[in-house]
Amino acid sequence: MLSVNHVTGGYPGHDVLHDLSFNVEKGELLGIVGPNGSGKTTIFKMVSGILKAQAGEILLKEKTIASYSAKQLAKVLAVLPQHAEQAFPYTVKETVSLGRYAHHTGWFQMWSEHDETVVQKTMEQTGIAQFQDHYVNELSGGERQRVFLAQALAQEPEILLLDEPTNHLDLSYQKELLDLLKKWTRETGLTVISIFHDLNLAGLYCDSLLLLENGKINLHNKPNEVLNEERIQTVYRTTIEKHPHPTVPKPQMLLLPEKQAEDLSGLIIDERYLDRSDERITLRSPFPLRTMSSGVVGSGTGWYTTFVNRHVDKSYNCSNHREEMLEYLKGHMIDPTETVGMMTAVRLEDVAYKLIEEEGVSVFIVVTAGVGNAVDASRSREHIYEPQPGTINTWVFVNGTLTDEAFIQSIMTATEAKVKVMQDQDVKDAVTGSSATGTSTDSILIAATQRGKHLPYAGTITTLGKLISQGVYTCTTEALQKYRARVSV
Amino acid sequence: MQKRFTRMFLRNNRLIAYVIATALLIAAMLLGISIGTVSVPVLTILQLIGAEVLHLPGMGTIDSMYTTIVMDIRLPRVILAGLVGASLAIAGAAFQGLLRNPLADPYVLGVSSGASVGAVLVLFFNLSLPFIGIFTLPIMSIAASILTIFLVLFFARQIERSMRVETIILTGIVFSSFLGSLLSLMIALTGEELRQIIGWLLGSVSMRGWEYIAIIIPFFIIGTAILLFSSKELNAMSFGEERAQHIGVNVARRKLWILIGGSILTGAAVAVSGTIGFVGLVIPHLTRLLWGPDHRHLLPLSILLGAAFLIVADLISRTIISPTELPIGVITSLIGAPVFAIILIRRRKERRG
Repeated sequence: MLSVNHVTGGYPGHDVLHDLSFNVEKGELLGIVGPNGSGKTTIFKMVSGILKAQAGEILLKEKTIASYSAKQLAKVLAVLPQHAEQAFPYTVKETVSLGRYAHHTGWFQMWSEHDETVVQKTMEQTGIAQFQDHYVNELSGGERQRVFLAQALAQEPEILLLDEPTNHLDLSYQKELLDLLKKWTRETGLTVISIFHDLNLAGLYCDSLLLLENGKINLHNKPNEVLNEERIQTVYRTTIEKHPHPTVPKPQMLLLPEKQAEDLSGLIIDERYLDRSDERITLRSPFPLRTMSSGVVGSGTGWYTTFVNRHVDKSYNCSNHREEMLEYLKGHMIDPTETVGMMTAVRLEDVAYKLIEEEGVSVFIVVTAGVGNAVDASRSREHIYEPQPGTINTWVFVNGTLTDEAFIQSIMTATEAKVKVMQDQDVKDAVTGSSATGTSTDSILIAATQRGKHLPYAGTITTLGKLISQGVYTCTTEALQKYRARVSV
Repeated sequence: MQKRFTRMFLRNNRLIAYVIATALLIAAMLLGISIGTVSVPVLTILQLIGAEVLHLPGMGTIDSMYTTIVMDIRLPRVILAGLVGASLAIAGAAFQGLLRNPLADPYVLGVSSGASVGAVLVLFFNLSLPFIGIFTLPIMSIAASILTIFLVLFFARQIERSMRVETIILTGIVFSSFLGSLLSLMIALTGEELRQIIGWLLGSVSMRGWEYIAIIIPFFIIGTAILLFSSKELNAMSFGEERAQHIGVNVARRKLWILIGGSILTGAAVAVSGTIGFVGLVIPHLTRLLWGPDHRHLLPLSILLGAAFLIVADLISRTIISPTELPIGVITSLIGAPVFAIILIRRRKERRG
């Protein structure tokens, strides 16, 4: 559709682009990204015939751009500008109708039925038909943007260039516009080339990305390849992190703000922050901790400052325990959005906790344990599911910086330690009579300060793994013994 | 909503717009011919035009005094005033569209200063070229205005090859100032021709006769044709030159044509009547307020309104303190400015309301 071959050029006496080559296929949605001054707009001006290339050639449908007259070019290629000047108050329809200019030949050609159909259709597609008699300058920024999109579409182009189309749009219109463009490329074979500032939007919608750096192509490839952490950091000269999008298989680039110079580095999470009562155990961290947990609220991954293990009666039975827990937290002036909350029927005075330290790494473990409904995981099929408050709740606070990998390994290590306690304490599954591995509703929390020592792994024989397995083993044993002492009395 | 409806009604009924504008022009012409020291009845005017212009038979007998007054004095005067008003109004509309600036007028590029220098040179040196005699002044003036526009464009191109409108405006301003000081120099050095020069500069359409109409008409036809054939492009260019290029307009070439067309009209108008202010600024503006900015209609409607306006202004200038004639440029501004101010204020209120 479009092929740019060894193009060099820019403004008089100042070449912006150097030996640029790329191809765009029909129906493709190509995103052009790059820092300010990398030549994004210049390449647009060349492709749309505003600037001439100093060297090289641009072929549009196998013909050089220079061989097109302005009108011929406008029938194949349309541009949605970032801003359009608004010198006089034209109505929406008058503005959109101008897009038909290139399809009129000679001085006397009148407005045809086809012109009217096209204009009405594009106004429908862009959702501005109901404004057609309004003045463009009376519309909001987003509506105005859609008027000019309709104008460009009224040219019935085969290729559409968009210069930061989402610039003045609020979130819902950004999504709407890009969804629409994506749909058109699929359904009508429209080719779209768009400049993006927002790498995440570009990554979400584009078939391929062209990363420009100082007027040269850094990489032209699939979004996942182009949006590489190190590459973007180098080209944009800033720190970003790449994460997978939570719901669609696309990358997201996250900015990392400069760390503020608050001196919390010496702080470690230990029993100073623990607050115990018969009703609940609360740990309030002075700063948010990165967590991975299976709590009633705040489960999954996130950043939380408050950790609550709440005692409920054995007969606690609530159809919506999550909702009830949220109400409970709010009722006790605890912000649920910053809290990981768990429940237990175990008496909280039986809690066991311990800080253990080794090689500059420390781990603070808090365990409440009860084995009233102990289960052998290998024979759990013989149990009937009835949700009850968890009976072994394990909290692991790590004073260090963990990778995602270390989080998962920490869970494994803690679980293995717990299973070992069950064996050593000879806890039996009441239904099967075999050795139990835990209870049916155990919960776990791994929370890391993400300050201090970098801890990439937490397997059982790593430094962290050793601390966790030792801590969890001792605390669970202690908690279990306290529980048994009470039960046997 | 009511107001919007009214406005939309006005804009959507282009036929009504043309009918109103044409009726205004005809009324202005009839008034202009009829009123004066000797009043000519409208019926007589119609009879006269039927007999003398259209050569219709059976128009009855007409007093020969009326024939002389109408055919030799008032009709050419009214037609000249109409042509000048029309030229300035359409040139103004085109320049405003091209420069995307509703404050632009036909004189913004220095064409009028060029034409004035040409004319004042003739007056100052009492020039009379062979063969053309009394037409030395208008011919020199047109030649000077055309020379000016090409100089302005040439220098603008030297400054910047792409000739953005900002560059053209700046170059025009430089030329205007330079030529303006040449004018001042000649005025300062002149003796007995002072009144003649000032009178010419203030503008007048009196005592010009059919010959001046013959001078302006070819330029009027060519200039108007160029502009009318550029009306779609003017619409596109009011969204910016880059946008126009993307829509499919050959901006560089079209811009040159519009500048040349507008300058021919302005130059010819200044040459036959001096620098008459305000028409080229306000008439397009008024037309746009009434019937919208679409140049396909703005240009022809500006022609009609501009012609009618200048005919009425001329009528007032020669009758208000008769027998003394006021310079027409004074009248255009004296009536034009307050009327324009009232329209602007009402329009503002309407927008707020």
